[in-house]
Amino acid sequence: MIVFDQVKKSYQVGGRAIPALHSTSMTIETGEVFGIVGHSGAGKSTLVRLINLLEPPTGGRILIDDENITGYNASELRAFRRKVGMIFQHFNLLSSKTVADNIAFPMKLAGIYSRAEIRERVDELLKRVSLADQANKYPSQLSGGQKQRVGIARALACRPTILLCDEATSALDPQTTQSVLKLLADINRELGLTIVLITHEMDVVRRVCDRVAVMDAGEVVEMGAVSDVFLHPKHPTTRDFVFESESIDREEMQRDLAQAPGRILRLTFRGQSTYTPLLGSVARESGVDFSILSGRIDHIKDTPYGQLTLSLVGGDLDIAMNAFEAADVHVEVLR
Amino acid sequence: MEALMENLLTNVDWTEIGWASWDTLVMVGMSLLFSVLIGLPLGVMLFLFGKRQLLEQPVAYAVLSFVVNILRSVPFIILLIVMIPFTVMLIGTSLGVAGAIPPLVAGGAPFFARLVETSLREVDRGIIEATQAMGATVKQVVFGALLPEALPGIIAGITVTAITLVSYAAMSGVVGGGGLGDLAIRFGYQRFQTDVMVITVALLVIFVQLLQMAGDRLVLYFSRK
Repeated sequence: MIVFDQVKKSYQVGGRAIPALHSTSMTIETGEVFGIVGHSGAGKSTLVRLINLLEPPTGGRILIDDENITGYNASELRAFRRKVGMIFQHFNLLSSKTVADNIAFPMKLAGIYSRAEIRERVDELLKRVSLADQANKYPSQLSGGQKQRVGIARALACRPTILLCDEATSALDPQTTQSVLKLLADINRELGLTIVLITHEMDVVRRVCDRVAVMDAGEVVEMGAVSDVFLHPKHPTTRDFVFESESIDREEMQRDLAQAPGRILRLTFRGQSTYTPLLGSVARESGVDFSILSGRIDHIKDTPYGQLTLSLVGGDLDIAMNAFEAADVHVEVLR
Repeated sequence: MEALMENLLTNVDWTEIGWASWDTLVMVGMSLLFSVLIGLPLGVMLFLFGKRQLLEQPVAYAVLSFVVNILRSVPFIILLIVMIPFTVMLIGTSLGVAGAIPPLVAGGAPFFARLVETSLREVDRGIIEATQAMGATVKQVVFGALLPEALPGIIAGITVTAITLVSYAAMSGVVGGGGLGDLAIRFGYQRFQTDVMVITVALLVIFVQLLQMAGDRLVLYFSRK
């Protein structure tokens, strides 16, 4: 469990303190995939670097499994860092070392593993990230996705309990992003590792995260289960991210809605209700006519969801609303 | 043909040229060795003490940087003369091959230190950060990540330093150092033996070419980017 207790961070620039993170308190549970989303400069990079103290906080306490890591001395800090793996946007592999040597590097630095142990662990990790045949290549000979797999293997070498991902998929193409995210999800499930992932893409959060914090200007503005935050965003920044990830142009949408007659509702289906053939039966019962203005069905991690924007004309609207709510569908009246 | 050579190169004593070449080789080799031994740690310190680096030490950086700049801003010919008392104290003489080595190192080490500092700065900061995130000590960051990553740049720096030392070594002939420069000054310049001058210059050119080729090959061999 990672606990932020009124953690603050500011940088000294020319004698003035520029705040990068305002006082933040939050808890990341053991074994969850926690997403931090925000535009560049929102402070998410700072936040993730506070967890392994690459950036020391200027105020507050950070507790990891009930230990205050901000009080560590240099050697305690180094021992602690071995238990926290980290992967990066630009992979940060050593170009002078082979794939196998890159993965072995943190174990060699730790100085507590025998050669045989290191070799065995490297082989195991190479298989884990499906790079067994690339062991003796140099990073420059690999594709972006392969490099990030090496990064992941290296981060896992010393069997960490926490994995920090700093924009780990931002330099990858969509397909490679998918496969890297799947690998991260597998690792989280199989090893029970806590993953803290920062990104500027809501889509990454939607695919792998359990909970998410949205950051804006050095502050966490919204936090909660991904399905809640994603389907019912409250803060304007969160809304921007959700619209962006669904490639919705807000002005265009407003124009479309303006032309539709009657009431406009947005229905959100979650889990099993996504697949129930509800609209037809509700229309029959209540006598309303509907037309679908927009709609999509997708997944949040493993949970299916659907969102429909309808315009309803005639009939008894109350019956329709009640029927939707009875079927566990969230109804939002847009007009 | 042989007669032509005899006529053209009347003053050239090939044994003398051979010894002078050997002396130049020794001077460059020894001074390069010490320049690297002193310049490499100096360059690493300059890097580590620098602004926003691992061991940021503004005062130590300013002092080191000042010393390096002084040694680098004094023209080498002046440095040769200024160094004479110190060289005598260190070696017992300021003449010959041995006497030329201390001023060569004084000129070469700070030059190489700056080149080391520059090539360390070119190592991606992300790599340093990643190594720190693995729980590395500063020593481990330097030896495990920084130096191996900067190796091609450092080898290129050794090549440039070696070539600079060739020209410095030739210059040391002015104040009684040995080698090809000495020959060029004593015979080529003071006795107007143009043929000796041409041969020594040609040998120096060949020497520099060989150094550059060898250096380039090594850089290529160690580059993994």
